[in-house]
Amino acid sequence: MASTTAMPPLRAGATNRFIRVIFNHLATVYAIGSTLLVMAPLIAIFAYLLFKGASSLNLNFFTQVPKPVGELGGGMANSILGSGILLAIASLMGVPIGIAAGIYIAEFGRDKRLSNMVRFTADVLNGVPSIVMGIAVYTLIVVPQKHFSALSGGVALGIMMIPTITRTTEEMLLMVPLNVREAALGLGLPNWRSVLSITLRTASPGVITGCMLAFARVAGETAPLLFTAFGNQFWSTSIDQPIAALPLQIYVYALSPYDEWHRLAWAGALVLIVLIVVSVALVRYVAGRGVLKGAS
Amino acid sequence: MGVGIDVSDLNAWYGANHTLQNISLKIPANHATALIGPSGCGKSTFVRCLNRMHETNPVGRVTGSVRVGDTDIYAQASPVEIRRRIGMVFQRPNPFPTMSIYDNVASGLRLNGFRNRKILDDVVERSLQQAALWDEVKVDLKKKSGASLSGGQQQRLCIARALAVDPEVMLMDEPASALDPVSTAKIEDLIFQLKSQYTIVIVTHNMQQAARVAENTGFFLNGKLVEFDATHKIFTNPTDKRTEDYITGRFG
Amino acid sequence: MSGEANESQTGGGSTTPGAEAAQSPVRAFLLSRGNSKLADGVFSGLMLLCALSIFAIVILILVELISGSKMTIQKFGLPFFFGSAWDPVNGNFGALPFIYGTVVSSILSLVIAVPLALGVAIFLTEMCPPWLRSSLSFFTELLATIPSVVYGLWAIFVLIPPLRQYVNPFLIKILGWTGFFVSPNYGFGMFAAGVILAIMILPIISSLTREVMSAVPRAQREAVLALGATRWEMIRMGVLRNARIGIVGAIILGLGRALGETMAVTMVIGNRPEIVRSLLAPAYSMASVIANEFSEASDQLYLSALIEIGLALFIVTIIVNALARVLVWAVTRGAPVRGT
Repeated sequence: MASTTAMPPLRAGATNRFIRVIFNHLATVYAIGSTLLVMAPLIAIFAYLLFKGASSLNLNFFTQVPKPVGELGGGMANSILGSGILLAIASLMGVPIGIAAGIYIAEFGRDKRLSNMVRFTADVLNGVPSIVMGIAVYTLIVVPQKHFSALSGGVALGIMMIPTITRTTEEMLLMVPLNVREAALGLGLPNWRSVLSITLRTASPGVITGCMLAFARVAGETAPLLFTAFGNQFWSTSIDQPIAALPLQIYVYALSPYDEWHRLAWAGALVLIVLIVVSVALVRYVAGRGVLKGAS
Repeated sequence: MGVGIDVSDLNAWYGANHTLQNISLKIPANHATALIGPSGCGKSTFVRCLNRMHETNPVGRVTGSVRVGDTDIYAQASPVEIRRRIGMVFQRPNPFPTMSIYDNVASGLRLNGFRNRKILDDVVERSLQQAALWDEVKVDLKKKSGASLSGGQQQRLCIARALAVDPEVMLMDEPASALDPVSTAKIEDLIFQLKSQYTIVIVTHNMQQAARVAENTGFFLNGKLVEFDATHKIFTNPTDKRTEDYITGRFG
Repeated sequence: MSGEANESQTGGGSTTPGAEAAQSPVRAFLLSRGNSKLADGVFSGLMLLCALSIFAIVILILVELISGSKMTIQKFGLPFFFGSAWDPVNGNFGALPFIYGTVVSSILSLVIAVPLALGVAIFLTEMCPPWLRSSLSFFTELLATIPSVVYGLWAIFVLIPPLRQYVNPFLIKILGWTGFFVSPNYGFGMFAAGVILAIMILPIISSLTREVMSAVPRAQREAVLALGATRWEMIRMGVLRNARIGIVGAIILGLGRALGETMAVTMVIGNRPEIVRSLLAPAYSMASVIANEFSEASDQLYLSALIEIGLALFIVTIIVNALARVLVWAVTRGAPVRGT
């Protein structure tokens, strides 16, 4: 083995042994130290969020639109609604296409070239900066329509959901054991029936939580909305108009010079975080528990 | 009523591996036929060729002809119809994990579009009785999950599920090898009962089992069919020396 | 076998008189079902179409970016990326300050994050007691899912003030002679961007490194231990050495993420398109200039310049991510990676 031939000789000898032991302890210190150092910002972020955000969170936050500068109170109701609309559009587009693509690479030609390329491209797409998606949708939809809109924002988010959902769906489908699929085929079920009613159904808890994970991730995205949905100070439900979104609003408020708006930004951030943490926890729980209850 | 199976010149491959070589035999209708042989001899592959399951493996390939009744099953492109006429029970019980007992048994019909509730109820009950499972599960058929049963019960559930589509042939790939002796005995009784109505092909590595349930037995070795004859003859007076060696335990 | 013999052998007898007739309807029904070739064909075709949409997305983005930046490509050509003047008023555009900002902030973030991420990965894989492991790894995974804008918000109010008041003056005092840490010190600037980026990419590098380290078979570790190595030596020679390709991949993946990070960077980097030696000076990144100036771009040329920067960002991150994936795949055999 390459690793053993390249190993330095472990010489006997008291000082040498002493040095090796010191290094061993140093390494342990380094590892534990890094972990502590890394946990510190995490705890700091969450604690601060909780502290600042919780105190600003009240019923007003969820029910009122922003008040003009200088007035106290007001909330981010329009942003919450806006995010909801954007995410609905995004999910309508991203979930079916993503699941279907995941079905394809898991069930059809699993080892074929095409599936490998789709898988690889999806992974690479997941790493593309979201602002680039925003530019593409801007030139594609906003420019011809000559105005910002919830539709374009939803499409940008939807495009981002597709590669993520494709991969998680594939992962969950592959967990369905072969002999369950064989039982379905042995009964003379056509392939489409077997995939949908047996395989997908068996994997559905995992597939659904995979969608939730993608949902939570795009819920926090700001960059692609900057010049698609654009933001809106007022209450709006129209797909064809600019629309507010929670992360967008947080961004605007954070950069503003007003304390009142800062307070709202913290509250909004807390809401976002809670949504995301819950989804991540759920995904971990489902994946850890295993998709199948008691089957072989 | 079952039908006979006429296999001629069957060859099968897993990729480059020539798993079955020139198999020819006639499996009689309404009888139980056992297939024995050491591990890796190809008997499971053979049985999977009878309902075109072998080709579900991406590197699986088959040549030759298999006639079930008067249908050459490889002559048509789609295996789906064939598999409805031939039921299969696998080595490890595989009930559908998200479905209740009722739904499991009814799945072959329901998922093929069958809607008549009354007939479905009858079919489910009849199949579970044929599989000798009815009395044990009749109480909460529709609520209990298929996966919550014991191993032996799960296997009988799978048998009921296969019977519900009223196949002409039942293929069983070592159905009792993962089960305890009591369950095994129950399954063997079942086979005894069923063979008058269906044609049964059972793969087994347990020679005593073959002797108990099957009228005819085939001995496979290294991908070839060495001998195929009445069970009592195979076990008391085999023609081929290799068969005799296997029976007497010299190998395998 | 006659029909009567059939019934008596159906274990206990069917309960309804229609049961025997039920046999034939079942069989007849199934025989009438046909082979579903059409349905199967439509189904697999539909699934294939959706799978191909992944490629369509990439092509779509590329096409839109190229068509949107045609103007500046034609006007400036390749020198666009070497010019350091960013003058929208006079129609003079050079992308060098942004490239500089993106590259330097990303490298800085790697310098800070990689040693720490490695340390965490080593701890969690080799030293951590099992009962602690899942909660700690859960926490690091959480870090990866916090939205960029929330990081930015936190950075503005919680990270920058102590940086400006304590850390930066300290760095000026100690390292001022290098020229990298000199006044003026606003808190906002390249260094702050590097720090927040480091926090953001750390979980990715760490969790991927852990996966790669876990993929090293036990036998390798045991072989080294059997020769009398200390635990650190076992880690170094039995695990890290074997996993190093994947670890490099994890680092490159972190780099890819850092290059494209937008919101948090925009909020702390200072947004000044200048190339200065001091890391404490305000700077500007490619993603940040797009985020800040896109919706206010007053003319076509301006917009085109910004889109061209977006195009460059797209291509660079695709290449970096593809490279990283290949390296990680080589070690983990293509299993999907969660949390990235």
